[in-house]
Amino acid sequence: MTMDMELTVNGSAYQVSADPRRTLADFLREDLRLTGTHLGCEHGVCGACTVMVDGSAVRSCLMLAVQADGCDVMTIEGLERDGQLHPLQESLRDCHSFQCGFCTPGFVMTALAMIEEGSAPASEEELRENLAGNLCRCTGYQSIVEGVIEAVRRTTDQSASAQGAVEKRVS
Amino acid sequence: MKPPLFEYVRVSSVDEALDRLTELGDEAKVLAGGQSLVPLLSLRLANPAYLVDINRVGDLSHIANGPVVRLGALSRHRDVERSGLVAQSHPLLSATVKYIGHIAIRNRGTIGGSVAHADPAAELPTLLVALDGEIEARSSRGVRTLAAAEFFEGFLTTALEPDELLTEVRFPVLAAGTGWSIQEFSRRNGDFGVVTVVVTVAVDSAGRISEARISFGGVASTAVRASSAESALVGQTPSAELWKSAAHEAASSLDPSGDLHGTPQYRRHLAGVLTERALVEAHGRVEEG
Ligand SMILES: Cc1cc2nc3c(=O)[nH]c(=O)nc-3n(C[C@H](O)[C@H](O)[C@H](O)COP(=O)(O)OP(=O)(O)OC[C@H]3O[C@@H](n4cnc5c(N)ncnc54)[C@H](O)[C@@H]3O)c2cc1C
Ligand code: FES
Ligand code: FES
Repeated sequence: MTMDMELTVNGSAYQVSADPRRTLADFLREDLRLTGTHLGCEHGVCGACTVMVDGSAVRSCLMLAVQADGCDVMTIEGLERDGQLHPLQESLRDCHSFQCGFCTPGFVMTALAMIEEGSAPASEEELRENLAGNLCRCTGYQSIVEGVIEAVRRTTDQSASAQGAVEKRVS
Repeated sequence: MKPPLFEYVRVSSVDEALDRLTELGDEAKVLAGGQSLVPLLSLRLANPAYLVDINRVGDLSHIANGPVVRLGALSRHRDVERSGLVAQSHPLLSATVKYIGHIAIRNRGTIGGSVAHADPAAELPTLLVALDGEIEARSSRGVRTLAAAEFFEGFLTTALEPDELLTEVRFPVLAAGTGWSIQEFSRRNGDFGVVTVVVTVAVDSAGRISEARISFGGVASTAVRASSAESALVGQTPSAELWKSAAHEAASSLDPSGDLHGTPQYRRHLAGVLTERALVEAHGRVEEG
């Protein structure tokens, strides 16, 4: 039996019905055709499916679509504005932070939540800790860490701690 | 894989949850943060006929201070981690919650879910057993309070009845002059610990140890106390040799089983190393305080 629900995804309102067993990830990919949200493990371990729900990063493979009833969801597709990439996306591009790109949407949403929460990490170690729930099989993580540090720098110019970490990396 | 078929029941109050649980009995599972239950569904290790979703129950998310920190079952790990109240009154609880998974997991995962799930490697059960904390459970039949030691019965098994809802978890605050430490070894940051140890140490005015608590996660089917090592510490004067011998005693009292994360010998070794570090750190905190 399906359930009726209303939710906002990337700023657009939807009135839909979903099977309760459908995860939010499958709902986004299969029903809304927003295939930027990737599924790696489907049990919470890899982070590829990370999206924002009401401003917090969550695993969309561990949430049922019907649990997002009334919520505001943002996926990777919601970042760019009028063809203009988000500064985080630009930083990751400029730092060559991805190779195959499978993990990238998950990293972007995890880092975005961190930046939007205003909890810029005090050190590179803390940043690595914050990203540790996302797996990448290609890059070896170095370039991802660099990309996120660069994004923190570009989005919070006054963040001295992030600056420190950037200088350490770049020099 | 994908979750199997189930009926989804959304409740909006504790009473409604209790009614549904009474009616559905062991056909139903409570859905809280879903961070353990949804993986079990997707892996087809759980196959409940009904999921009773308590996420919209309004009055189960409290974080209350006092001689005992009381956390509503639905309070999220991340909210406890970021609570200034908890950081101030119960720094050990704050430190413990940070070890649970990753931010995205802690954003959804709940205190009640972690305790009800009773993973032997989970940090909160290990802390509850260390502190002799309490669990409040409600059903249409009434309310009862269970001590941690009687609540955790075995691997993923608790004293909760199918018609009961875990409503609150209580963490006694440490007495003044008590030092604490949590030490965990995991292969990757955020993973369940291979071995976790929670230690508290209190010292009397004569400089002797008046109380010691040592609780392990990941080495048995539930969290366990190292009571022989605890009693060996009481009355002693702190010293590097004392920590070493107590850690050795604690580790040798364990009988862990092996799995792909570590052999029994390796786990016992880790338990010894982590306990010694924890005792040193906990004692250091007594001196600072
Ligand atoms: C990648 C990953 C890493 C993780 N790492 C850790 C870790 O390092 N340490 C750790 O401790 N945990 C870890 N977890 C698990 C996480 O902490 C979960 O939040 C927790 O185990 C379950 O809480 P939940 O609210 O998500 O419960 P759910 O998944 O919703 O439920 C878990 C079980 O408890 C029952 N239940 C839940 N709430 C109640 C209630 N109020 N009354 C009665 N029964 C109830 C459910 O029926 C179910 O059986 C990890 C999870 C993932 C996916
Ligand atoms: S697909 Fe959700 S965490 Fe891997
Ligand atoms: S770029 Fe290929 S998995 Fe990360």
